[in-house]
Amino acid sequence: MPKYDRIVITGMGALTSIGNNVNEYWQGLINGVSGADYINTFDTSKFKTQFACQVKNFDPLNYIDKKEARKLDPYAQLAIAAADEAMADAGLETENYDPDRGGVIFSSGIGGFLSFQEECINYGTNSRTPRFSPFFIPKIICDIGAGHISIRYNLRGPNFAVVSACASSNNAMVEGLYHLRLNKADFILCGGSEMGVCEAALGGFSSMKALSERNDDPKTASRPYDRDRNGFVMGEGAGILVLERLDHALKRGARIYAELAGGGASADAYHITAPHPEGLGAKKVMISTLDDADMSPSEIDYVNTHGTSTPLGDLAEVKAIQNVFGEHIKNINISSTKSMTGHCLGAAGALEAIACIKSINESIVPPTINHFTDDPEFDTDINFTFNKPQARKIRAALSNNFGFGGHNACVVFKEYIP
Amino acid sequence: MSDIATRVKKIIVDKLGVEEAEVTNEASFTNDLGADSLDTVELIMEFEKEFNISIPDEQAETITTVGQAVTYLEEHAK
Repeated sequence: MPKYDRIVITGMGALTSIGNNVNEYWQGLINGVSGADYINTFDTSKFKTQFACQVKNFDPLNYIDKKEARKLDPYAQLAIAAADEAMADAGLETENYDPDRGGVIFSSGIGGFLSFQEECINYGTNSRTPRFSPFFIPKIICDIGAGHISIRYNLRGPNFAVVSACASSNNAMVEGLYHLRLNKADFILCGGSEMGVCEAALGGFSSMKALSERNDDPKTASRPYDRDRNGFVMGEGAGILVLERLDHALKRGARIYAELAGGGASADAYHITAPHPEGLGAKKVMISTLDDADMSPSEIDYVNTHGTSTPLGDLAEVKAIQNVFGEHIKNINISSTKSMTGHCLGAAGALEAIACIKSINESIVPPTINHFTDDPEFDTDINFTFNKPQARKIRAALSNNFGFGGHNACVVFKEYIP
Repeated sequence: MSDIATRVKKIIVDKLGVEEAEVTNEASFTNDLGADSLDTVELIMEFEKEFNISIPDEQAETITTVGQAVTYLEEHAK
């Protein structure tokens, strides 16, 4: 008997710089497409970094009317679009669910950064008369995505955001898993959204020396595990998964993509932005996640890493993976899909969860693109799935995400076996 | 229709997403045009911006219909 009630994935939605739905996103991943390009939404000429992985050709009016669109920051507009795809994909329609048993746990690392910047500029340039839009606060708060989704689908179950910077949507899935195991809902939409490429964001991350400044070649800038990696690339996107109690999914005859076997969370308790050099928090979270799933490391075939392409972060995480997996590390595939999507901050966990689930369903591991030069810091027996996807059976996949503040969150998906 | 009335109605159509024909002088922002309390605050702000004036809160509270807005702005716009 399993320790807990089983929780499965029955729907998915995604918007990214490499595709505006799950299928396009997955095709982009297995074809090794980079979503990076020069930023054309504002003048970057005075910035050290001039590129990002931005969502392209997104028209909110395909999802909501003009009046509604004005009241939503772009991050919440993306959230709605991803939720629409996931709900339709799951076959959840108002007549086949109980609104009181449907929840949303949806995050954003930062929230409505674009609206925040716009309103502050307004204030600073209009003789500082405090004329803030009445929609200012409800546009920028990072729980409003969850609120909008609940209103759109009349979901009256548990509803909130969890925020842990770049680990946010992993934490959202972990919280969703726990709520469902405790039978607090039949299904919960879990994920995150981030659409914050603006002057304030670029300037802020840039002054932390966190961003790649490879302005002469943006598409190869995100290069996790390469010797010459030099920082992350800001990404935009939204990812959402329908987590559902197995009994409920079976009762309504839903298609089941995979099982969310376990999740966990930990802290480095070390530094606000730098990872623990030995990856202690990362190690702890992977161990507690496997324990939660009642699985051993040898059952994992693929690890989708946090792998943001920073010199220290990539190294610390790999040390942690080596510690957790030991000898089995030679049998697993590791890849960082952030090499293609950039770092989508609060959306990263959900988007990478989708990559894991698709890898289980399609038996293909998406690659870590942009590998040019080996880094002698990494052992040669580690398979980083460089540059090309790899076909193989994936029984289970683990996905890490870590956030500023020293937060670590991890989830493990496995093939659904009735 | 006065120039001010035209500009007021354009703002209302744009911000509330309603048809121009609905924006009659008698139309109430909340009862007829679907505005909530936040929309109403935003409308007042847009009037202030368009006509470069400041509408005190106690005055703003008395502007609840299209006609009241036009009248107020015709009297106060610079």
